Amino acid sequence: MDITMKKLPPKPVDLKKRIVHWALSLITIGIIVWSCTGIDFGGIKETAGQIAGAIFSGIFHPDWSYIYNGTGEDLVSQLWETICIAFLGTFISAIISIPFAFWAAHTKHKRWYVSRVGKVVLAIIRSFPEIVLALMFIKAVGPGSAAGVLALGFHSVGMLAKLFSEAIENLDDGPNEAVVAAGGSKTNVVMFSILPNLMPALISNTLYRFDVSIRSASILGLVGAGGIGYPLIIALQYRQWNRVGVILLGIIVMVIVIDGISGWIRKKLV
Amino acid sequence: MTNADEEKLLTLPRKKINFWNLVWLIIFIGGLFVSTGVTKTSLNAFFTNFDQFSDIFVQMLHPNWAYMETVIPLLLETIKMAVLGTVIGSVLAFVYSLLIARNIVKNKAITGILRVIMNIIRTVPDLLLGAVFVAIVGIGPVAGILALAICTFGIVVKLFYEAIETIDPGPIEALTAVGANKLQIIVFAVLPQVITYFISYCLYAFEINVRASTVLGYIGAGGIGLYLQQTLQVFDYAKTGTIIIVIILVVVLIDYVSSKSREALMK
Repeated sequence: MDITMKKLPPKPVDLKKRIVHWALSLITIGIIVWSCTGIDFGGIKETAGQIAGAIFSGIFHPDWSYIYNGTGEDLVSQLWETICIAFLGTFISAIISIPFAFWAAHTKHKRWYVSRVGKVVLAIIRSFPEIVLALMFIKAVGPGSAAGVLALGFHSVGMLAKLFSEAIENLDDGPNEAVVAAGGSKTNVVMFSILPNLMPALISNTLYRFDVSIRSASILGLVGAGGIGYPLIIALQYRQWNRVGVILLGIIVMVIVIDGISGWIRKKLV
Repeated sequence: MTNADEEKLLTLPRKKINFWNLVWLIIFIGGLFVSTGVTKTSLNAFFTNFDQFSDIFVQMLHPNWAYMETVIPLLLETIKMAVLGTVIGSVLAFVYSLLIARNIVKNKAITGILRVIMNIIRTVPDLLLGAVFVAIVGIGPVAGILALAICTFGIVVKLFYEAIETIDPGPIEALTAVGANKLQIIVFAVLPQVITYFISYCLYAFEINVRASTVLGYIGAGGIGLYLQQTLQVFDYAKTGTIIIVIILVVVLIDYVSSKSREALMK
């Protein structure tokens, strides 16, 4: 047998592709190196290990008396409040989202710029920091969970309306035409073809947003807009590391349970 | 055909009422009442104080452009934090995903336990992690970077291990058949199939991190959020408006660039 047979043929080289790859990698590495400059990595507390240990021991040895004592200041009632904030906030945002979604869906307009403007508006709402919104609502309705509900309700519109508008864009035109062909009016089209076809997507997106809202609602308390975040920030300020651990444990359990329930409902829907 | 039959044909069939839909509706409405009660939300209070709310908004719409110079350095710090958080988190996520993919690690006990840990890490929201890390390591960008790294980890691991599990098993079998070890299988059979997905997920996580990092400073975890807190505390809404406009511009810009490059990557 010829010895040359044992050699593999050389790999084909696409020079242009290779240059682009190298350039991109260099840029990425450049950005990462740039990021490392000018950040103060020192100043980590010496007690960091101790504190982390104390928080962990709080997770594994929860302070049972705090979990439920019926005063309304305990873990379970605060978690319940968080869930209620998320529920009501998601409901409000789902209702506000529907008109926004029709605005941003490009299949519903003849002129291209209408939906484009709608999409930009939604992007701006999405990027408006939730915490600032919560603080603005605190000015309006006072500190407490009501501010959290309103902040969540308005902030979620950005994401939810985007998901809704994508669902509207994916709708099949057939049923609409069928209703029109049978002599239906515009309202009939919406009632008998658009809404029934859209409903599963709306519900499943809203449920998904509810999962996200639960996490947001537990953050809003950090600025005083109700929910579990408030006791957490208090516990952090008073260095009650045990309690921090318990609250974290509570949040983890709550999020896992809610995710499980909404995942189960979504599976039933499909 | 009798008259009764004809009449029957003319009327539409009766709609069936689904029992479970009714139950869901009742649960849902009950939930609305309960949660309104618990949170004491009343739209009346909102509308009576609406002028206060809109007043802040109007002040924000007249931003103080001179404040821009102060904001830019911290804005850069914010982006640096997001980059570092993404890099650290995705490197960890890369290794971890290989460990929990069932088509690479066959031991179900190991993957099961590691997955439970991953799911627990994924549940804690970014800002809460930030607050905890501020308490642990002290005020500064390091706390923010750690919080972002853990968030990135949660996002990327979930997406990436699912991508690994859906690859074509052919190349793995071929390499096993010629006697390759685990590392060689990963490098030559698994990675070529999933590396574009990994980069795309990292970019996606980066978008989320930029968004998150802008408010991390509010609780002392470094970045532009620090000024957000300072200006809000002294009710200087014109400056707050400047910061928010800058944040929105940066977030929208980075979102756009990153989503376009993800599209290009997936082509």
